[in-house]
Amino acid sequence: MIFFVLTLLLIIIGLYAIVTKRSLIRIVIGFIIIEYAVNFFFALVGFKHGALAPIITRIGGTRNFVDPLPQALVLTAIVIGLATTALLLSIVLRLHEKYQTFDITKIKGLRG
Amino acid sequence: MPLLPLFFALPLFGAFLTILLAKVWKGLTDIIANAITTFLLFFSFYSLNYLRSSEAIVYKMGGWPPPLGITMVYDHLSALMVISIAIVAFSVSVFSVRYLDHYTGRAKFYTLFLLITGGMMGIAITGDIFNLFVFLEIASIASYALVAFSTEKGGLEASFKYMVMGEIGSIFFLFAIALIYGKASTLNMADLARTFSVAGHDHIFWFVAAILVFSFSIKTGLFPFHAWLPDAQTAAPAPVAAVLSGSAEKVLGIYGLMRISYNVLGLTRSSSPTFFDIIIILGLASIFFGGIIARKQSDYKRLLAYSTIGQLGYIMVGFGIGNFWGIAGALFHILAHAITKPLLFFTAGAVDYSTEKQDIDDLKGLARNMGVTGWSFRLGTLSLSGIPPFVGFFSKLFIIIGACQAKTYWLAILLAVLSVFTLAYLLKVIKKVYFTARKIATEEAPFSMRLAMLFLVLLMVIFGIGFQSILATLIYPATKVLINGIGYARIVFGG
Repeated sequence: MIFFVLTLLLIIIGLYAIVTKRSLIRIVIGFIIIEYAVNFFFALVGFKHGALAPIITRIGGTRNFVDPLPQALVLTAIVIGLATTALLLSIVLRLHEKYQTFDITKIKGLRG
Repeated sequence: MPLLPLFFALPLFGAFLTILLAKVWKGLTDIIANAITTFLLFFSFYSLNYLRSSEAIVYKMGGWPPPLGITMVYDHLSALMVISIAIVAFSVSVFSVRYLDHYTGRAKFYTLFLLITGGMMGIAITGDIFNLFVFLEIASIASYALVAFSTEKGGLEASFKYMVMGEIGSIFFLFAIALIYGKASTLNMADLARTFSVAGHDHIFWFVAAILVFSFSIKTGLFPFHAWLPDAQTAAPAPVAAVLSGSAEKVLGIYGLMRISYNVLGLTRSSSPTFFDIIIILGLASIFFGGIIARKQSDYKRLLAYSTIGQLGYIMVGFGIGNFWGIAGALFHILAHAITKPLLFFTAGAVDYSTEKQDIDDLKGLARNMGVTGWSFRLGTLSLSGIPPFVGFFSKLFIIIGACQAKTYWLAILLAVLSVFTLAYLLKVIKKVYFTARKIATEEAPFSMRLAMLFLVLLMVIFGIGFQSILATLIYPATKVLINGIGYARIVFGG
């Protein structure tokens, strides 16, 4: 149970970083923190204390398995997260090329 | 119907084909993209035939039966969404052929455009909630990249805002999926509906519902979460703005929320009024905010973007009313807005193409030289503000009828008054752009752009005049799917 609370805490830390930080890079880091926290939460959903890896063998025959599906889903989510992070960072780089700064308060061409 | 995966497989395949074949011959990318969207348009209407005999077509990926494998469910609601996506995709690909003359990287544009189309098609027909997340991310990532397509200052800034906000929405959707899986141990939407109807509603259930409203409101761009929307639609090239406003915001946001809340969570107006009241409040706030801010805008595309927020608000109010006419009106408004708003963005794009300007004051007297663009704009404006012969009138009318039936007369009166505001801010543009005497020497937009606009004007008039047959073939059956609620599970599992 303590792990669930800790992942929620991580989500809040990430949101805090996104909302309050002025540097684009730190916002991206906050975004990554939230993403990992949610992935961790998802993996925890399928976790059972003291259970085995979900491999069916003839010898063991035990049924006390960890649920493998969340792990597979988290893998997918990590790959998607990689793609978004890469795109996010490449846009940050292009913004830095145009404005010569990572400060979000100096990047405000669009208003109204 | 074994061809069902073509809806998303073909655009995804085409996305990679365009970027590969662009090295062979540049013109090939135009041909591939337009051929695929034309096929999708015909196929989306043709597929309605399959729904004559049964309520839904269930396609089992890899032959695995429903609770185990991923299912694709093509019912009337999916059919409606697929048709609206295909209409937008077709017109945008035709329009883009010449519009992209101003940009480099034509093949990359079509790749991203086909990815977003394929992603949206996937969202519309998937029957698995994690699969929905994957398609949502395909469409979202493609749309972030498309917003930054110009790689100018504005586009990059808008794309960054859109990405940070949109990804928070996506991640919270994943969080909701984790909670749902932890509670129900299944991801199939039909199986979830069955599980939730047995398990009842506890506090985790309502937590999930709240997260879903939050994340899909961000994806839609409703009022408190709208900050990315005006920037993204102003800075993006006109065809991209047309896709975003015409189909992406509705499919990524509203369709996902409505499908899950009605068919998976099994919420109904009578059993959970608070949930639907919140949706009505979000919708009304968007209508107010969008209408008021749109009046102050001097940038043409930005005005259309704020107008989009308002129109999305109407759809949400229709869904929030939650009775037959409310939902029917909302669905019809999705279709109407998917025709009208791309048309208006196309006029913005045509003006931009000919004059390289998008400020309203710079555009005075433009209509003298741009006949098709001018008339498209006028007719589109009339439809959007709800003038009778066009499609926009009926959709708003049904939402108002729904409000009357729900005995919330104040809401009906409010909606009627607010639709006048829509006309007010659009008339401001008409007056400045098209009825001023000053003459600018401009040329009419190229043929393919005019073709795209004429196609949408034609649909707008046909759907408006023949609204009864549209209602009977598309809207009523789709409404019944949502009204049916968790009866969705019975249809998917086949009795």
